[in-house]
Amino acid sequence: MKYTLSVLVENQPGVLSKVVSLFARRGYNIDSLAVGTTEDPTMSRMTIVGQGDDHILEQVEKQLNKVIPVIKVRSLGPEAVSGELLLVKVACEAQSLGRINEIAALMKAEVADVSKATVTLQYAGEHEKCEALLDLLRPLGIREIARTGVIALERG
Amino acid sequence: MHTGGEIMVKCLEAEGVDILFGYPGAAICPFYDALYDSPIRHVLVRSEQNAAHMASGYARASGRPGVCVATSGPGATNLITGIATAYMDSIPMVAITGQVNLEQLGRDVFQEADVTGACESFTKHSYLVKSPEELPRVFKEAFHIAATGRPGPVLIDVPEDVQEALVETFHYPETADIPGYKPKTAGHPLQMKRALEAIAQAKRPVICCGGGVVLSGARREMAAFAEKSGIPVVSTMMGIGVMPMDSPVYLGMIGKFGRSYANRAIGEADLILLCGARVGDRAIALPNQIAEQAKIIHIDIDPAEIGKNMRVDVPIVGDVKQVLAVLGEKVEPVHCKEWVERVQQYKREFVPRGADREDYVEPRSFIRALSSLMEEDAILTADPGQGQIWSALNFTQKEGRFLTSGGLGTMGYALPAALGAKLAQPNRQVVAVCGDGAFQMSLCELATVVASHAPLKVVVFDNRRLGMVREYQNSRYARRHIGTHMDGNPDFVTLCRAYGIQAARARNNREAEQLAREMLASSRPYVLVCRVDPETPSV
Repeated sequence: MKYTLSVLVENQPGVLSKVVSLFARRGYNIDSLAVGTTEDPTMSRMTIVGQGDDHILEQVEKQLNKVIPVIKVRSLGPEAVSGELLLVKVACEAQSLGRINEIAALMKAEVADVSKATVTLQYAGEHEKCEALLDLLRPLGIREIARTGVIALERG
Repeated sequence: MHTGGEIMVKCLEAEGVDILFGYPGAAICPFYDALYDSPIRHVLVRSEQNAAHMASGYARASGRPGVCVATSGPGATNLITGIATAYMDSIPMVAITGQVNLEQLGRDVFQEADVTGACESFTKHSYLVKSPEELPRVFKEAFHIAATGRPGPVLIDVPEDVQEALVETFHYPETADIPGYKPKTAGHPLQMKRALEAIAQAKRPVICCGGGVVLSGARREMAAFAEKSGIPVVSTMMGIGVMPMDSPVYLGMIGKFGRSYANRAIGEADLILLCGARVGDRAIALPNQIAEQAKIIHIDIDPAEIGKNMRVDVPIVGDVKQVLAVLGEKVEPVHCKEWVERVQQYKREFVPRGADREDYVEPRSFIRALSSLMEEDAILTADPGQGQIWSALNFTQKEGRFLTSGGLGTMGYALPAALGAKLAQPNRQVVAVCGDGAFQMSLCELATVVASHAPLKVVVFDNRRLGMVREYQNSRYARRHIGTHMDGNPDFVTLCRAYGIQAARARNNREAEQLAREMLASSRPYVLVCRVDPETPSV
């Protein structure tokens, strides 16, 4: 089972390492982790996506709550607003440029950079849509990918 | 104007710290210089690990956080085993380490070690202090975090230049305000109601006490609850001493090395009330099997412990003392006379193992004899290994305390922890029980015993073996003994005398008992070395 946790933490040095070392020590895996500041500069929000059954999720939440600079842990359901930012560099030859443009227009991805041999697309959207975009581009030859990992907020 | 080091000392004074255990080095010298003018007593250890163990023993005897201090690099890394030991047993402790200068941090300079990083997974919290202005807040928070909720060690790492930097004024905060740290102490009323309902319906209930009951100081509440409800009580190793050990409702220690009748009670129960116990593998080997047969009520201040190792029917997050006080008021006597009779019968049928010998000191019967000679409220510390089990099962002091490294199982804990306990409670009788293996891990602290004028008593069970590992090799590895014969052991009696410590050797139980009387009557430190048969089993 995939879970998404939204973790509000104090914005101070060492917090990330405390959270990450907890996952490492207890053997919980992390699919993605995104950190950034919030509306309150003294706090940061981490969005952690991982895998595990209900028992593991419960333990992850409880153990995270024990980390002193962790203020709040919330498990987000599929109804939450979520998305991630993706940069993908695709091989580009004269005959494939049209196809790349088509895919970019279809998915509403932006062209962020063009070079002699590559095109870099920038895309923001739900995790599954990022995957769909990558699936479309793969036959053309993906050179490099950078992703932020999912960030998410509760609705309303 | 104050230096950072002076601020640190003032913080400790403001916290009421009267003693600290430490070992200096360059990076912690500004702090030590400030200590020169302070009434706080400094106990110089011989190895930093033992400073942490002494702080642990001090904390357990006094109920206040123990404080240990070391320098950067190797001083700090030597502390780690002691910190980890305290973490596993939830002992309140504040560890202070010096660190290299801020501007040199990360350059791998002389005696630099990332100790906050290294201790990440066995400190309750840690701080790397970047400016002297932070010190009062950090110390206030550290002591608050160490002592409240589920207690544990907190590490404060202070660079040397932060200790030297000057600050205008000193103001120690009244309270600590940590947004992410608000331990819940009162149990949820609904869950407590459910617990009482389950208890009322139980036919074969058992209470299982862990170290949390000791830590929360719930001894009286536990006794009252057990007496009123009539439910028999067992304990984990860390819970030993939570009930008067001669109480009729107290059965004994459970677990791999526990009493068979206590384990039978757990195995046959239809309701188990777990109090401040974390269901460690050594206490309950097959938690899910037990949980299938019995309803489980689990009281713990740490929500993460509830459901971690065992399925739980009624979770109660809260301080055991507070929760038991409420439950004790409302609980009705449980109709389980037959059951109580049954488990009492199990206990009566049990014949204590180990009888006095002429050729060796039989350690189990000796601990029983020692116990009968000791004062009612004596403290016994024991090193992991066979000596820990012999002691745990046979030490039966009415108001006694049993201090051991239950979670991490750290050899060499008993001697320094006993010294820490003795310095916390000078009027209480304190005896350390060590094997010859563990004794050699901390015997350098005999010098600290001498220097601190503490009339500590030490029993060394000398079988010239690593007894418990050897026993494991017997049962699992067809008696292929390797690495468990302690060749080259010194003559411990002569060695102790070289420290100026009175010491004697006992060859059999008769001698041992006689010498134990002499030891307990002595107003000075005393080491009693007992020759033990290597074939003696743990249980």
